[in-house]
Amino acid sequence: MATVTVPAPRSPRSTRTRRTTRTNVEMLGWMFMRLSGVLLLVLIFAHLFVNLMVGDGIKAIDFAFVAGKWASPFWQVWDLLMLWLAMIHGTNGVRTIINDYAERDGTRLVLKTLLYLAFVVTVVLGTLVIFTFETCPAGAPTELLPSFCTE
Amino acid sequence: MPEKPAGTLYRGREGMWSWVAHRVTGFLIFFFLLVHVLDTSLVRVSPEAYNAVIGAYKNPVMGIGEAGLVAAIVFHAFNGIRVMLVDFWSQGTRYQRVMLWVVVGLVVVTMAGFLPRHLMNVFGAH
Repeated sequence: MATVTVPAPRSPRSTRTRRTTRTNVEMLGWMFMRLSGVLLLVLIFAHLFVNLMVGDGIKAIDFAFVAGKWASPFWQVWDLLMLWLAMIHGTNGVRTIINDYAERDGTRLVLKTLLYLAFVVTVVLGTLVIFTFETCPAGAPTELLPSFCTE
Repeated sequence: MPEKPAGTLYRGREGMWSWVAHRVTGFLIFFFLLVHVLDTSLVRVSPEAYNAVIGAYKNPVMGIGEAGLVAAIVFHAFNGIRVMLVDFWSQGTRYQRVMLWVVVGLVVVTMAGFLPRHLMNVFGAH
């Protein structure tokens, strides 16, 4: 009777990767996608409701509308949270897509460098705008400003 | 370059296609987010600059685009909850197919609430 031989695995687990699976950056990223996802659902649904459903929706959005919202620390913090969470969530998602489909090392390096550059520029710009924004800029036509600027 | 695999791991049906749709919608939303932060940043330049650019979002073509964007966000959000249920709920994998149709139903209901209002804002006379 022929004996069945099971060949040994071609590549044994290396001692370098084996050490621990307890603290794992990829696992933390995986967990972050889920936690931030729940928060983003609440943050973005409220954002869409307030900006597109209430009043005249998209037609009512102008400088005065944005200035009116950011006069309140509540919406500043809301939008800041949304910016950071959505950018990290989205950047990690696109990173996964690049890793899946860009097969050449060079292509992955270039695409991920561009991605991280876009991340830094967008997050820094957005954060600065939220906190250095003037609700009633001097010299601007008053009809373009929120009504409380002239009261 | 590695050669193309002989077979495929992709099994089709609800599981694979919801995964594809989650990727595509997430990818599109990310690029809109980059543009959206840039256009909103114009409030820091001047009220005139912001109003000029945001005006572009109010024409009918962009209005349709916004409807598509909201649909993509709503699907991504509800399917994300489904992904979490598959991951963390003990019965998640058994009901993943049913849950996709629940997601689709919720997207339809949400869009039924959003679309009339939004389309009236975009196409209605003011």
